[in-house]
Amino acid sequence: MRLAGAEPVALWHGDRDLRGVDAVILPGGFSYGDYLRCGAIARFAPVMGELVPAARSGLPVLGICNGFQILCEAHLLPGALTRNAGLKFITRDLRLRVENAQTAWTRAYSSGEQIVVPLKSGEGAYAADPGTLADLEASGQVVIRYDGDNPNGSAAAIAGVCNAAGNVVGLMPHPEHAVDPLTGPSADGLGFFLSVAARVPEGDRA
Amino acid sequence: MTATDTVARAAATAGLPQPYAELGLTAEEYARIADTLGRRPTGAELALYSVMWSEHCSYKSSKVHLRQFAAKAPPSGALLAGIGHNAGVVDIGQGYAVTFKIESHNHPSYVEPHQGAATGVGGIVRDILAMGARPVAVMDALRFGPASAPDTARVLPGVVSGISFYGNCLGLPNIGGELDFDPSYAGNPLVNALCVGVMRHGDLQVASASGPGNKVILFGSATGPDGVGGASVLASATFGDGAAGAASASGAGDAAKRPSVQVGDPFLEKLLVECCLELFAGGLVTGIQDLGAAGVACATTELAAAGTGGMLVRLDAVPLRDATLGPPEILMSESQERMMAVVEPGHVDEFLAVCAKWDVRAAVIGEVTDTGRLVMTWHGETVVDIPPASAADGPVYDRPLARPASQDALAAGDPAALPRPAGGAGLRADLLALLGSPGLADKSWVTGQYDRYVRGDTVLAMPEDGGLLRVDEATGLGIALATDGNGRYCRLDPYLGTQLALSEAYRNVAATGARPLAVTNCLNFGSPEDPAVMWQFAEAVRGLADGCAVLGVPVTGGNVSFYNQTGTAAIHPTPVIGVLGVHDDVRRRVGIGFPAAVDGTHESPAGILLLGRTEPEFGGSAWAHVRHGHLGGRPPAPGLEAERRLAALLAEAAADGLLAAAHDLSDGGLAVALAESCLRGGVGCTVALPGDPFTWLFSESAGRAVVAVRPGAEAAFGRLAAAHGVPRAAIGAVGGDSLTVTGCFTIPLAELAAVHARTLPALFG
Repeated sequence: MRLAGAEPVALWHGDRDLRGVDAVILPGGFSYGDYLRCGAIARFAPVMGELVPAARSGLPVLGICNGFQILCEAHLLPGALTRNAGLKFITRDLRLRVENAQTAWTRAYSSGEQIVVPLKSGEGAYAADPGTLADLEASGQVVIRYDGDNPNGSAAAIAGVCNAAGNVVGLMPHPEHAVDPLTGPSADGLGFFLSVAARVPEGDRA
Repeated sequence: MTATDTVARAAATAGLPQPYAELGLTAEEYARIADTLGRRPTGAELALYSVMWSEHCSYKSSKVHLRQFAAKAPPSGALLAGIGHNAGVVDIGQGYAVTFKIESHNHPSYVEPHQGAATGVGGIVRDILAMGARPVAVMDALRFGPASAPDTARVLPGVVSGISFYGNCLGLPNIGGELDFDPSYAGNPLVNALCVGVMRHGDLQVASASGPGNKVILFGSATGPDGVGGASVLASATFGDGAAGAASASGAGDAAKRPSVQVGDPFLEKLLVECCLELFAGGLVTGIQDLGAAGVACATTELAAAGTGGMLVRLDAVPLRDATLGPPEILMSESQERMMAVVEPGHVDEFLAVCAKWDVRAAVIGEVTDTGRLVMTWHGETVVDIPPASAADGPVYDRPLARPASQDALAAGDPAALPRPAGGAGLRADLLALLGSPGLADKSWVTGQYDRYVRGDTVLAMPEDGGLLRVDEATGLGIALATDGNGRYCRLDPYLGTQLALSEAYRNVAATGARPLAVTNCLNFGSPEDPAVMWQFAEAVRGLADGCAVLGVPVTGGNVSFYNQTGTAAIHPTPVIGVLGVHDDVRRRVGIGFPAAVDGTHESPAGILLLGRTEPEFGGSAWAHVRHGHLGGRPPAPGLEAERRLAALLAEAAADGLLAAAHDLSDGGLAVALAESCLRGGVGCTVALPGDPFTWLFSESAGRAVVAVRPGAEAAFGRLAAAHGVPRAAIGAVGGDSLTVTGCFTIPLAELAAVHARTLPALFG
């Protein structure tokens, strides 16, 4: 967010407080160890008690990897993430296609744009029932798709989805690792953060 | 044990038989304990001495040799803390210091591959944390038996998944390491884990209990029965001849050692890291020690011995996971994710509040005293009362050593007599055979399971020559790390082989554009009770100490792993050497991949130079190993002065922006290096060799690197190479979609890639 020109503010899992932020990113990681099902415990974290209603009221929320899993567990996003086909953790730079460039987090892209972003996860196979998948496709809620190689067996090669309003987006790949060619495969991921930074009123920005 | 074995009871029951042999102590060592105490030890004391005097904790067989590292250390202004601490600390400039160390977890990883390897990562991370640093990356050097052996299929996937599980969850990037296979590691895989941490000068913490009245706090995981005796009965003993693990899981033998392996909780370790860093920042810690091998026994004795000298510990205050544990088990448990801190009484409440914030359990279990005695009580009764230095210092053995007669026969097996490939087709076939051999094949099957990106500062990671991390975003200051070892070279000559491992790691760090600064080591050997093994060890240590003196890089710490043998068959002597370098500006890093297009232009292809001198040296080479299953002759001659000049040239050329790629030459020589640089860059090359193609392609002469020079920088690089006295040969240029050796062969990149990539997935799924 700093590279996108916004001011990052850390939120504590145990606080029922969003500290007045304009948007929230749930990052990757292993919340509470994820020894149960990924994100299954984190959805009950006190901060989620504030986040869920705010997201339903339009607050831009991005879930990356574990954050995506938490958003699905919290029912802010449809579907679920299951063990990778092949059952191994995968770290790989992947080509993705931006399917929906209208969301709060993808406006800086153009529809159909190809980007290269790393994936690194063990439970990244997107799954949903056929009806949900058909609805997602019909309503443009498939935001990001694996382009070519479907690394983990995701349904319809889905890498990321959004809610109906487009303010809540979740994806398994890590755009924050593609913000500088020095430390990632590209700077293609910066667009997620630029998209939301541009939405925040100028006067609110640091 | 029904009645508690107190000090009073021990004094009153002098002749009571005790199971010292089962705990790994000799009769002489047991007698020495009784002599020190003036009575027989209690059960708790016996447990404490048995783990503290284990080979793993006491270094009793290696100490007399390891002293050379300090005695021969080159002058270095970079060393802030050296051998004897949990890990050495190196000044990298701009107010930053770095600490790094590599440690073995070989035996646990054989018995229970997943947890054994996982807790190996956890243990080394706590070592780094205890120095006051934030851990920032890990690496793993792995060696297994033959790739096609059924037991390798059991051990390797488990080890890799364990490292992946623990390191990824802990949030540390895995930036490099090694993977090799050799029959000598069948039954004794080597799992060596490295961690590196960064701190500001002044953040350095000490492992000592000073200030009588200060409180001793145990925090992190509760203590359970896992890993009881890990340091003694597991790490400091030879496996029997029977296979361990799955093959005999239901039987007795080595499978019975499985309870000695600890179980890891990486998320708790993550909390412990953040908790400790907040405690350090708040100035709440007077002394700190991680709990690794020998658990509470080691932490209390070492803290006490290094401090005021006395400590009173209430063992019944230790939080337990299993209420049936008694004093001996509590002392020996190797439950993971625990730390011990010495805290001033006025800071205890604040300390406990920080622990509570991070959901880390903490308990005050004792206090520092000025009695000179380490005293432990169990529900009011004294069960331990010893001078702590007697346990911390331990015995020292100058074990007999003898150069085995088999060395002469090995040296006589000159690979010059081996049939060589005929013509271009033969050379082509040999290159593809090497490139597809398990030790040289694409490692993505392994490294793809590790997170190399987390923390966002990884500039280079495998398959690059060295891992490179950014330390300061504003200035570009960074650190480079590489580990190397070569059991075949060391089997032929442990002195030279160790210097070759040092040279390779040093060269790998330099290839990224960094200046090598310091050395750590993990010395993997067979039984020290075998004079032939002890000779190998002594030669390796001497070689490393001498090599470091010439290269000007001090040894800052390390680890010795003995008893890597099954029955009487020891592993190849395998010192794994880690070198740390400082990179003045990581934006000037150099990778191994040939440039597909330099600065976006295709006008002038980058020229390829071979740096260093090539001699016909095939002893212990990958070619002899892969093509002939042969090990004999002499290893390549290390040229340490030439190595130093080459490294200086590479660092200066990188800083001046003259290089588009640099790749060190090691296993498989120029042939394999060219193929790897082509595959990494996704572009071909054409080279013409100035002499006998077989020697130029497959010799493993040390002190060499292949570089691609930026178009337009040829003259400047030539002047620089001449100034550093580094021989160079212009052998060709980058371009096209095949690897072509003029007059010999052409291999399309697609064919190279397919041969390189298919081996490990075919073996391990």
